Amino acid sequence: MKMTLAQKIIARAGGRDRVEPDEVLWVDVDLAMTHDSSGPRRIWPGLKKLGVGVWDPERLVIVADHFVPAQDVATATILQTTRDFVETFGISRFHEAEGISHTIVVEKAYVRPGILYVGGDSHSLTAGVLGCLAIGVGSTDMLGIVATGRTWLRVPQTIRVDIGGSIPAGVAAKDLILTIIGDRGMDGGLYRVLEFGGAAISRMSVEERSVLTNMCAEIGAKSGIVPADAITVAYLADRGVEVDEGPSSDPGAEYLDTWAYDASTVVPVVARPHKHDDVIPAADAGDARITRAYIGACTGAKYEDLAMAAEVLRGRTVAAGVLLQVAPASRSTLQRAMADGIAQTLMEAGAHILSTGCGACPGLGSGVLAPGEVCISTTSRNTRGRMGSPDAEVWLGSPYAVAAAAVAGHVVDPRELMTVPA
Amino acid sequence: MSIIEGTVWKFGDNVDTDVMVPGKYLIGDLADIASHVMEGIRPGFADLVSPGDIIVGGKNFGTGSSREMAPRAIQAAGIVAIVAESFARIFFRNCINVGLVPVECPTAIEVEEGQRVRIDTEAGEVVVIDTGATHKAIALPEEIGVILRAGGLEPFLEEQISKGAR
Repeated sequence: MKMTLAQKIIARAGGRDRVEPDEVLWVDVDLAMTHDSSGPRRIWPGLKKLGVGVWDPERLVIVADHFVPAQDVATATILQTTRDFVETFGISRFHEAEGISHTIVVEKAYVRPGILYVGGDSHSLTAGVLGCLAIGVGSTDMLGIVATGRTWLRVPQTIRVDIGGSIPAGVAAKDLILTIIGDRGMDGGLYRVLEFGGAAISRMSVEERSVLTNMCAEIGAKSGIVPADAITVAYLADRGVEVDEGPSSDPGAEYLDTWAYDASTVVPVVARPHKHDDVIPAADAGDARITRAYIGACTGAKYEDLAMAAEVLRGRTVAAGVLLQVAPASRSTLQRAMADGIAQTLMEAGAHILSTGCGACPGLGSGVLAPGEVCISTTSRNTRGRMGSPDAEVWLGSPYAVAAAAVAGHVVDPRELMTVPA
Repeated sequence: MSIIEGTVWKFGDNVDTDVMVPGKYLIGDLADIASHVMEGIRPGFADLVSPGDIIVGGKNFGTGSSREMAPRAIQAAGIVAIVAESFARIFFRNCINVGLVPVECPTAIEVEEGQRVRIDTEAGEVVVIDTGATHKAIALPEEIGVILRAGGLEPFLEEQISKGAR
């Protein structure tokens, strides 16, 4: 019998020859990640109660990204608990204020093709960009994994997402995934794995691909996966990891459905406030006024995201009455942007550079929104209250769209500000 | 565990974790968080709920973040089960892990607020006591039922570890 890539990874992790969709089985986790919010402060009391430690300190990554830098004594204490945990259990792969967890595990090549990776956060799916099965869970699930190295999974069905053509100038992977979410609805991929392929994917960088896997969370999917190819292997090799492409779906494996898209027809889009599946062309946004433009999160503040914003902002300035903030997704993102002048371009345009971390995206760190503010953001979610006040509004768009709105003072098709044919 | 009876609070589709428990409350303790539960969609909900009540929701209930405080706060407010047309998958897992019973029921939308319902998790059935209307629900696989019967993942692990299982 033929299996999809997700089935193969689960079967191996469960010590089985094959698995069928919908069956529930216990599996061994290859790599786990948890962060300052869902991690030590939540799971340590449980470990103490169970009288056990960390099952394998070498297989656990811990990242402090939600509460950095500390805003007050309460958040400083959460960070101290995180450090104490790392020290107590000898966790060597600990990163504080170095970037967002989902960006870190990819940039540092902690995840590899074919592994089962489980993270204590809904955007853990991001890591599926390197051909692993990446699944997000809550903190008690993570307690179980940290204690035993095992968890239960329901075997998902896979939807093949075939993206043909190539992405036009001024359009980003963010526009592609928002278009898909708009078409399918925020529960359009519920419990499923979305497996990406096609000509547009085979030409896309790892960072851009990771926007697709990241936002599979916003379509309800269990995971998003880009089967490893030459681009994946080269990305890992650049980081000193020599691996081959690993497993892939068998030819003729059974998919629940195939979603076919032509990237060449995708236009810059935005999600309207409060619903990330309420997606319209940016050109149809009625010039909605904004007060804030936010470039941040694992979704939209990696190096290439900053480069896209800089492409729009070069030689321009942010409109009066708009605050543009940039919270780089990792330290290495900012270092690269500093080295090649992109950070300077952003600052010359008037951007306020924030600390690396999750920041305002989950409404925790610097830059949260006041009542009445209207923000356009490169992040992944715009539910009411997500980024601060429930009386603020958040539009979602690509780095091009956010930068263009910052300059125009309202939501706009970014191609109007770029030397590309609209 | 297998039979649960209670009064219904009705919610719609795509109720997300940010309206259940906004991020700004995540630094507080459970009692504090529970006093704000569902604040983003129904202010004052925590004061309205009586222990043993049941939530009925639409599609994709619990969409959004992995924050387990969402089901924990709902549970701490007094809710014992959630019946929904479908659940967001991490929320579904989190319910099981904290011992709050999640019931997938494709016709849940027909149940009305204030009605009393009887849930049979093993038979896979939700009955509206007032009208006798019966709704089919998806029975939980035994691998998951055993965790719920233990009271959640932590007590389940405690049993496993005391038995010497890995």
